[in-house]
Amino acid sequence: MVLARHLLLVAAAAGLAAPAFGQSPAPLAAYACGGCHGVGAQGAGAIVALAGRPEAEIMAAMAAFRSGERQGTIMGRIARGYSEEETAAIARALSAHR
Amino acid sequence: MLTRRSLAVGAAALAAPWPLRAQGALRLVIVGGGFGGASAARFARDAYPDVAVTLVEPLTRFVTCPYGNLVLAGWRRLDQISFGYEGLRARGVRVVHDWARAIDPLARSVRLAGGETLAYDRLILSPGIALRWGAIEGYDEAAAALAPHAWVPGDGSQTALLRRQLEAMEDGGVVGLAIPANPFRCPPGPYERISMIAAYLKRAKPRSKILALDAKDAFSKQALFQDGWNALYPGMIEWVPASRDGRVVRVDARAGVLETEFGTKHRVDVANVIPPQTAATIALETGLANAGGWVEVDPLTFEAKRAPGIHVIGDANTAPPMPKSGYVANSTARQAVASAIALARGAAPPGNASYFNTCYSHVGEEYGISIVGIFRPGPQGFVETPDSGGVSPRGDLPDQRRLEALYADAWYKSITDYMFG
Repeated sequence: MVLARHLLLVAAAAGLAAPAFGQSPAPLAAYACGGCHGVGAQGAGAIVALAGRPEAEIMAAMAAFRSGERQGTIMGRIARGYSEEETAAIARALSAHR
Repeated sequence: MLTRRSLAVGAAALAAPWPLRAQGALRLVIVGGGFGGASAARFARDAYPDVAVTLVEPLTRFVTCPYGNLVLAGWRRLDQISFGYEGLRARGVRVVHDWARAIDPLARSVRLAGGETLAYDRLILSPGIALRWGAIEGYDEAAAALAPHAWVPGDGSQTALLRRQLEAMEDGGVVGLAIPANPFRCPPGPYERISMIAAYLKRAKPRSKILALDAKDAFSKQALFQDGWNALYPGMIEWVPASRDGRVVRVDARAGVLETEFGTKHRVDVANVIPPQTAATIALETGLANAGGWVEVDPLTFEAKRAPGIHVIGDANTAPPMPKSGYVANSTARQAVASAIALARGAAPPGNASYFNTCYSHVGEEYGISIVGIFRPGPQGFVETPDSGGVSPRGDLPDQRRLEALYADAWYKSITDYMFG
């Protein structure tokens, strides 16, 4: 239990919530989102926040960007760079982060 | 952190009483407080609270290269693109403002100009670039005081000098640029600079011209830039590729003359010379660089091929097809830190690595363009993920351009918040 609490602490300090860690593929990729979507994906200027959004919503948006069904400014070019499995891990990490 | 094993080690260290932890803390030393180094320090403190992080950076204020071109346009002031290290200090990073003079890869220590020696378990080296003085005949440090490079911002004085020269120039003057061959820091940078100088001239000195002398025949986002120039600054910009005698080989900074390969002497009123580059001096002196002057690294861990224990990120390494960009430095910093700490603890570096880049460029007011790349470690270096990334669409797309300019601003805020907030 003590170990579990410390694991949570480490994960919280990493800026992403616990469930993302120890899973594959590595959620380091989720940090890349923060380069435009704000630190911890909390949003920045004209760019929307992703933190805390439902996983399914992020997955659906990425799928629509990937297929071209949703016309993005740059997100289409980005979404096509990640596999579905990677996208799921990223969505899980972002969704779990508050 | 990314394997169960290293996570458990981290948790165990956290659980230890403080003095024990302090004594046994893993020592991560980071040299260079720019996009790579500051990002590495932030990430290390966030993700590994039990690791002792020391950042060595000579300057107390970091002036970013990104958005420096907007200072030339008159859209930003230098103080708006300058950042201190208080944020990293508050996060528990020991920030030492000093020069790293020498690295001893065998003893695993860094000697500072001020006399202190820092021992490390792992070193993150993010020293940036050095300008190759003399690579263009007549272009040395003294010449740069007359014909600025404004490519290594330092304390911002080079950018300020170029801005003052543009302000002092008469309407109808010629601004000349010398642009280097690949590889160099920030591939779209010279062309954003041309755009931002043009934005200023169009407003303040509309009869002026820009003469861009290039040592190559093609450049990043070329079609998009040229579309933008034709739309926003018709007739103002002449770009001369290498195949049309664009390569500058000699500079007379006092006379304002840029001389190209076949002996053409271009007299200009303001000269901006962006010289060829190598990895920063500390990387060369430590013997980390290849014959081209750049540091080859392992594509998963960023450990220098020539020195174990030293992970080299940012513009100093060679990682084609990844560009030398701030976003790449930021993105790869996390993989380098996670790998360094895992290896120090005898664990495997995190797998499934991906490195992310978006380079936005401002072409004009409410006019932004971008290039996106997602890269991964491959068997022989770095590989761009197929069928992804690429440049903004061409065509008359005002909404796309307006949004990309806004997103560029959001990127700048996000990434500098991460590094210094």
